Amino acid sequence: MNRDALKKTVLDALSTVAPELAPSTLRPDEPLREQLDIDSFDFLQCIVEVDRVLGVSIPEEDYGRLATLDGFVDYLARRLAAPGTQSSLPTQESGR
Amino acid sequence: MDAQVLVKSPAAWRVAPNLRDYEDARARFSWEAAERELAGLPGGRGLNIAHEAVDRHVLEGRGAKTALRWRGKRGERKDLTYAELSAATHRFAHALAGLGVHAGERVFSLLGRIPELYVTALGTLKHRAVYCPLFSAFGPEPIRARLQLGDARVLVTTSALYRKKVAPLRASLPGLTFVLLVDGGGESDTLDFHALLARASERYEIQTTSPEDMALLHFTSGTTGRPKGAIHVHRAVLAHHVTGALALDLHPEDIFWCTADPGWVTGTSYGIISPLTHGLSSVVDEADFDAERWYGLLAEERVTVWYTAPTAVRMLMKAGDALPRRFDLSALRFIASVGEPLNPEAVLWGQRALGLPIHDNWWQTETGGIMVSNYAAMDVKPGSMGRPLPGVEAAIVRRLPDGGVEEVSRPGVEGELALRPGWPSMFRGYLHEDERYRKCFASGWYLSGDLARRDADGYFWFVGRADDVIKSMGHLIGPFEVESVLLEHPAVAEAGVIGRPEPTIGEVVKAFVSLKDGFTPGEALRRELLAHARTRLGAVVAPKELDFLPTLPRTRSGKIMRRLLKARELGLPEGDTSTLEAPA
Repeated sequence: MNRDALKKTVLDALSTVAPELAPSTLRPDEPLREQLDIDSFDFLQCIVEVDRVLGVSIPEEDYGRLATLDGFVDYLARRLAAPGTQSSLPTQESGR
Repeated sequence: MDAQVLVKSPAAWRVAPNLRDYEDARARFSWEAAERELAGLPGGRGLNIAHEAVDRHVLEGRGAKTALRWRGKRGERKDLTYAELSAATHRFAHALAGLGVHAGERVFSLLGRIPELYVTALGTLKHRAVYCPLFSAFGPEPIRARLQLGDARVLVTTSALYRKKVAPLRASLPGLTFVLLVDGGGESDTLDFHALLARASERYEIQTTSPEDMALLHFTSGTTGRPKGAIHVHRAVLAHHVTGALALDLHPEDIFWCTADPGWVTGTSYGIISPLTHGLSSVVDEADFDAERWYGLLAEERVTVWYTAPTAVRMLMKAGDALPRRFDLSALRFIASVGEPLNPEAVLWGQRALGLPIHDNWWQTETGGIMVSNYAAMDVKPGSMGRPLPGVEAAIVRRLPDGGVEEVSRPGVEGELALRPGWPSMFRGYLHEDERYRKCFASGWYLSGDLARRDADGYFWFVGRADDVIKSMGHLIGPFEVESVLLEHPAVAEAGVIGRPEPTIGEVVKAFVSLKDGFTPGEALRRELLAHARTRLGAVVAPKELDFLPTLPRTRSGKIMRRLLKARELGLPEGDTSTLEAPA
C-alpha cells in the first residue's frame, strides 16, 4: 500500500470522528488533535477505525508517533512493511 | 450563547404591562399585599379557588362576560358566561353534596377539553372536594394507578372512555363509588352527569374554606417508581392570579388561549384557574394540534395572549413561515411557552414569523405556578428561562456530602435550581408519600431536580434534569444545549441526547434525531449533523454518536424521554411508559 493510499485511510478515519475535516487545510507536520479539535476519545476511535480497515493493531505506547499526519502515515508504512508484525515497533524507531 | 438579546422598548407595548420594571416590582412585592387583590369568601369564610375564579365576577357585576369560548372538534362553538359557569358549578357542587361526597375527598376527571371538564373542576372546588385531572389519552394502567393512589371517590368521564379504560378495572377500585358520564350512556353502575346537574339547585353557598385545605391533586412521574400525587391547597390561587398577571401579563380585556390540556398542571393552573381569576375570556379548543387550525383559532378568536409549549412551537416552525402570513394575527400581543426549555431558534422564529418573541418560563407540578419567567417588559435572552417572579427566591445550589446544600452565588456555575419555600402554590406533600416529599427539601430550600445556571444579569438558563446530565471526561454536559444545536440544523425535527456509559470516559454523548419531511437518514447526513454539532459546540460537548429514529419518544406533555432513549440504548427495561405518546 503506497503512502497516498495510507494517507487517505488516515484521513477517512479522522473524518469519521471529525466529519467537518477539510484535508486541504490540514498541515501534515502539525499535531492533528489541535488542528481538528478532537479529544483523546475521538483519537482512539480513529485508531480503532484504522485498525479495522488495515488490520494493524496499534499498541497504546505507539500513539505518540501518530500525532501528525506525516507521523501517522510513516508509522503505518513501516508496520505494513513488516508482514506478520502485530507488536510494537522496535524502540530505536520511536524517535523519542 | 448570551450574545443575542431581544431588547424591549416601551414604544412596542400595545398594552401597558403589569410588570413594567422588574427590579422595582421585585423590590416592592409581597404576597401579603398581593393577597388584597383576591376577594375572599363572603363573610370572612376563608379562601376558595372557585370563588376567586368564577363567583366573585358575578357578585361584582361581570356575570355577563364570556368566561370560556369553547371550540369543538367539528367546528361547534359554545360560549359560557361567568354567570352560566357559576350556575353550572353550583349545580355540580350540589350534586356532589347530594351523593354524600365529603370535603377533602377526591373527584377525578378523565375528559377531553370539553365544557364539562371545567364545570367538574370548579364545582369540585366549590364543594371543597379535591380535584384531580387525568389526561384522557392515558391507558387503563396509569388510570388505575392514579385512581388508586389518589383514593378516587368520584370519576367524571365519557361513556366511551369508561367502557374502554375504566369499566374493566372497576372491580379493583372499591373506593370509586360514583362514576358520572357526561353523555349519559346507561352503562351499569354509572350516573348521568347532566341528569344529576338538572336536578340540582343552582344556588349553592361555598362553606368555610381554609386557605390550607387541599384543593388539587396533580400526578407527576418520578424518575423512578410510581407516580407521585402533588398536593396543592386553595391558597395556591394567589400564585395562580399573581403569576398570570406578572408572567403572562393577563389583563381583564384579554382573550387568552392556553393550549395545554387540563389533564396536566399547566392546563389546570393556567388553562382553568389563572385566566378566570382575571375575569378574562379563555379559549378552549377540543381538537389536537394542527398548524392551520391553530393559526385560524388565533386569528378568528382574536387571541391576545397565548401560552403554549415548545413542542407545538417547533411543529409550527416545521409547518413553515408562509403559513402564519395567511392569517390575521394582529390581535396577538404576548406569547409564552412552558414544558421544556425553548431553544433560542424558537424564540427568534416567533419574532420573525409571528412578529413577537416567545417568552419561555419555568415551573413544575410541584411549584403549582410559574416561578422563573421572561416578561413583557424585560429584555429576552433567547434560550434563557428568565428571572424569578417577584415573591419567589430562586438560587443555584450544590449538594453537600452531608445531605445539605449550599448556595452557589458565582454567576455561570451550573448547579441545581432551588426555591425558598413560602410561595403560595408550593405543593404541600405527595399524597401518602411523606418520605419522598421530605427528600425534596434540604437546608431550607426546595430542590427542583433541574440543573441550571444563573448569569451575571440574574437570568437563569436551564441545563437539564439532574439525572439526565451527562458526565463525559470529567465535563458536565447538558443535553439541552446539544439538542438546541442539532435543532438548528434544517434537517432536524427532534433531537434527544443521552449519556451512553463508556468505560474510559464515563459517558459518551449520543444523539437521537428525527428528520423533517423531505430528508432521508443516511451516512452522509449523519456525518453532516455530527460535523454541524462539533463545529458549533466543540469536541467536548458535541455528540460523538448519532442515530436516526422515525420519531423520538415524548411524554404526553411533550418532553423528550431521554431516559427511555437511554434504556433502549442499553437494552434495559423501559420502566413506566404510561405517560408516553404512541411508541416509536
